[in-house]
Amino acid sequence: MHEVKFYQTGTFTVGNRLLPPELRTVQSETGRSNSLNSGHRACQGCGEALGARYAIDAAMRASGRRIIAVNATGCLEVFSTPYPETSWQVPWIHSLFGNAAAVASGVAAAQRALGATDVRVVAQGGDGGTTDIGFGCLSGMFERNDDVLYLCYDNEAYMNTGVQRSSATPPAARTATTPAVGRAPGNVFGTGKNVPAIAMAHRIPYVATASVANLHDLERKVAYATMLHGARYIHVHVPCPLGWGSAPADTVKVARLAVECGLFPLYEAHDGQVTGRTLIRRRAPVSDYLKLQKRFAHLFAPVRDDERLAAIQAIADRNVTELALEGHD
Amino acid sequence: MRPYVHRDAAKRGAHFAFAAMIEIRIHGRGGQGVVSCAELMSVAAFLDGHHAQAFPSFGSERMGAPVMAFCRIDDRPIRLREPVVAPDAIIVCDPTLLHQVDLFSGLRPDGAVLVNAARDIESLGLSSLRGDGRRRLATLPASEVAVKHVQRVVPNVPLLAGLAAMTGWFELDSVLAAIRQKFPPAIAERNVAAAREAYGMARITEQAHD
Amino acid sequence: MTEQIEGSLAVARAIALCRPHVICAYPITPQTHIVENLSELVMSGALRDCEFINVESEFAALSVALGASAAGARAYTATSSQGLLFMAEAVYNVAGLGLPVVMTIGNRAIGAPINIWNDHSDSMSMRDAGWIQLFAETNQEALDLHIQAFRLAETLSCPVMVCMDGFILTHAYERVDVPTQAQVDAFLPPFEPRQVLDPADPVTIGAMVGPEAFTEVRYLSHHKQLRALSLIPHLAQTFHKMFGRESGGLIRSYRTEDAETIVVALGSVNGTVQEAVDAMRERGTRVGSVSICSFRPFPLAALREALQRAKRVVVLEKCLAVGLGGIVSDGVRKSLSGVALKGYTVIAGLGGRAITRESLMRLIEDASQDELEQVTFLDLNADLVCHELEREAAVRRSGPTAEALLRRVGTVAARIG
Repeated sequence: MHEVKFYQTGTFTVGNRLLPPELRTVQSETGRSNSLNSGHRACQGCGEALGARYAIDAAMRASGRRIIAVNATGCLEVFSTPYPETSWQVPWIHSLFGNAAAVASGVAAAQRALGATDVRVVAQGGDGGTTDIGFGCLSGMFERNDDVLYLCYDNEAYMNTGVQRSSATPPAARTATTPAVGRAPGNVFGTGKNVPAIAMAHRIPYVATASVANLHDLERKVAYATMLHGARYIHVHVPCPLGWGSAPADTVKVARLAVECGLFPLYEAHDGQVTGRTLIRRRAPVSDYLKLQKRFAHLFAPVRDDERLAAIQAIADRNVTELALEGHD
Repeated sequence: MRPYVHRDAAKRGAHFAFAAMIEIRIHGRGGQGVVSCAELMSVAAFLDGHHAQAFPSFGSERMGAPVMAFCRIDDRPIRLREPVVAPDAIIVCDPTLLHQVDLFSGLRPDGAVLVNAARDIESLGLSSLRGDGRRRLATLPASEVAVKHVQRVVPNVPLLAGLAAMTGWFELDSVLAAIRQKFPPAIAERNVAAAREAYGMARITEQAHD
Repeated sequence: MTEQIEGSLAVARAIALCRPHVICAYPITPQTHIVENLSELVMSGALRDCEFINVESEFAALSVALGASAAGARAYTATSSQGLLFMAEAVYNVAGLGLPVVMTIGNRAIGAPINIWNDHSDSMSMRDAGWIQLFAETNQEALDLHIQAFRLAETLSCPVMVCMDGFILTHAYERVDVPTQAQVDAFLPPFEPRQVLDPADPVTIGAMVGPEAFTEVRYLSHHKQLRALSLIPHLAQTFHKMFGRESGGLIRSYRTEDAETIVVALGSVNGTVQEAVDAMRERGTRVGSVSICSFRPFPLAALREALQRAKRVVVLEKCLAVGLGGIVSDGVRKSLSGVALKGYTVIAGLGGRAITRESLMRLIEDASQDELEQVTFLDLNADLVCHELEREAAVRRSGPTAEALLRRVGTVAARIG
């Protein structure tokens, strides 16, 4: 419990050297496992590469380096294992697009059957592999309370195949299958799945949302979840510069704005009840977040689309109200 | 040549030897234990030291739908795998099937028929089945016997015991042992009682017919 | 110990004796009794150190088995028909990754039209996925093949499908000899994986492989199956020595030594075929039969040896290559490449239609007179077919075909065979 709070401004570099060692992040340690080693083929500024490294390193430290990772098909899998190389420093298996949760359940069952009680199983997938094609297996894993921590890296579209719409794609976003043309450009309003809420409805032991903009929060949640037993789900927001049309250097900034405007709230839940949330000290309007991304450019030019911007603002407002996110602790 | 046993040979201790394969067909409705009847029959035959094959012919599980099951018995390994089209014996668990389904199709000229009914063969309108007189036809109030002992209208066990008495193809002891293998002790003993009663009734009917 | 039990239970007992670590279950007729029996064995404690997982789909079932196997556990699941298709992606994945999962297929037809009865179309749909496919003729063989399957799978690092006819075998009560734990332990050692997810020794499994190496990976899996051609008979021999009976192997011949006509078939129908062969032999027809147990790898050399001296070969298939004819026939024809004899394809037993000794005897008679078409549908109701074709020619909105046929066939429950 630290007494001094650092509010990140300007270049967003908080010197970990200013914190006592025990409060520093895993990422600040030179001896971290670096589970997703350099040399992978991710795009410049890839939020998913960042999120995965943050998460797996945190899980590795928490578990004493006893992790097995199961990965769905997607960007992460593809850029991290370009044959004949791999950047993974952990035992890692990729099977199919839609079965990461089931494969992980199998790996976890094997640990029990073989008596390996300290090994922790982590499943990872993008939004496509988690909210769409992998949804059946995910729900099955939740329902059985299998001993798996599932990490979803949500960049809000099927990026690996060229930016197509998924059920995680936000309203109005342009993708290759929701082009910004016609009377209702971009993704349709009133669609989409709130998987953290669905995970909570399964009443699994732990559900949380996290963002690459808040490293401490993400690491804390992953470390905590790693050592719990039963089904656990963490939904990590990861900007994709290529798919979102944002500047590679802006990845963390964009992620932070998503949190600060209320579109991606940070919270955690135990057994289906919200038990903690990160308050927004200073609300940003959604337009601050949206205007950094070309996938929303049609909302601003050639004519400002006040109606849709207001609808998106309403979504953010509703999140803030329902989770009581405004204020500071 | 279809082997038949003389009643005397069905006494306890005598071991029936099949000169050729015996095929039995059981008709009933879902819920009457048709499939279990064939299974118990095959276990009884196995316990007697024979080879036996029992299998069902049914659709999706549904109470009340017509169901058939088959059992083959032989003293050599049984290789044939087709429905029984020329049975040596037919058991009818549900008389409401009698004039709806062609139950007796393929019955051998010297075959046996056992119908679950409190009435006799004549009043069921089945006298024509007698053929040239070589067939043996009988009824048994199996549902009533079942209700009396196990409080459920599941006539399969009494009918199996009845067939054993009629034909001598199964030792009563093996039928009882098969019952005891299948059911938990309390239920098994009630079924055993039902089997014994049905066996006795069938013996009496057989003797009366001579 | 010899027992009179249902085929599904015999298989469940065999699986339990193989000391599986993870069993995944999703229900589908007609394999459900197998996994139900296994759940009882696990829950009652009779089968220890085994995780039984009820999954939400067949796709999940095989995926869970896949994960377990990759983590070093001996894994098993079972399915049929639609379920096998639903897990098709995972079927190829397991083979491609070289994981020694054993799976029972309770052979059942694939819809539409929906049909729960036996034929081989399900196993055939996955014949090129890279799994070894073994077909059981009896429940004893079904039991035995599962024991052989684990050892085969783990020796080669190749998954194995044990195929047994739905209802005909799965739901049939017959005599089986169930081995003891000691006997099975002596035959099947503990699983020693070739690759395993182990935090102490991390490896990456499942990388993308491009044009530079994909062909070689595929070739190596082909090579595995070619090695299986010698391993399968070797295991069957070892099994024979240790358990005292013949089970498995590549093919089995029956009265073929001087046969002019040979019937080739897979699975339980071979019993009926042998009865028909005996009956025809009594009439003086020189006929024999060959039962194919290993369909993948396909036993080209063994079949050639067994069939080449006959005048004609009749391949009896419980499956159909729609638009072409036989599936098994293709392999048989290939095995006889360069040999001059007549080959006939007979499609029979589709969707559970009974294959009777009578029909087979007539078939053998026609074949021995060479009075058979190239491709015959055994016991086809030609009247029904013609009537439907006329009906469809007469009106455009002719309605669903299957329902129209059923209307004409009448109440099925009223009929026996």
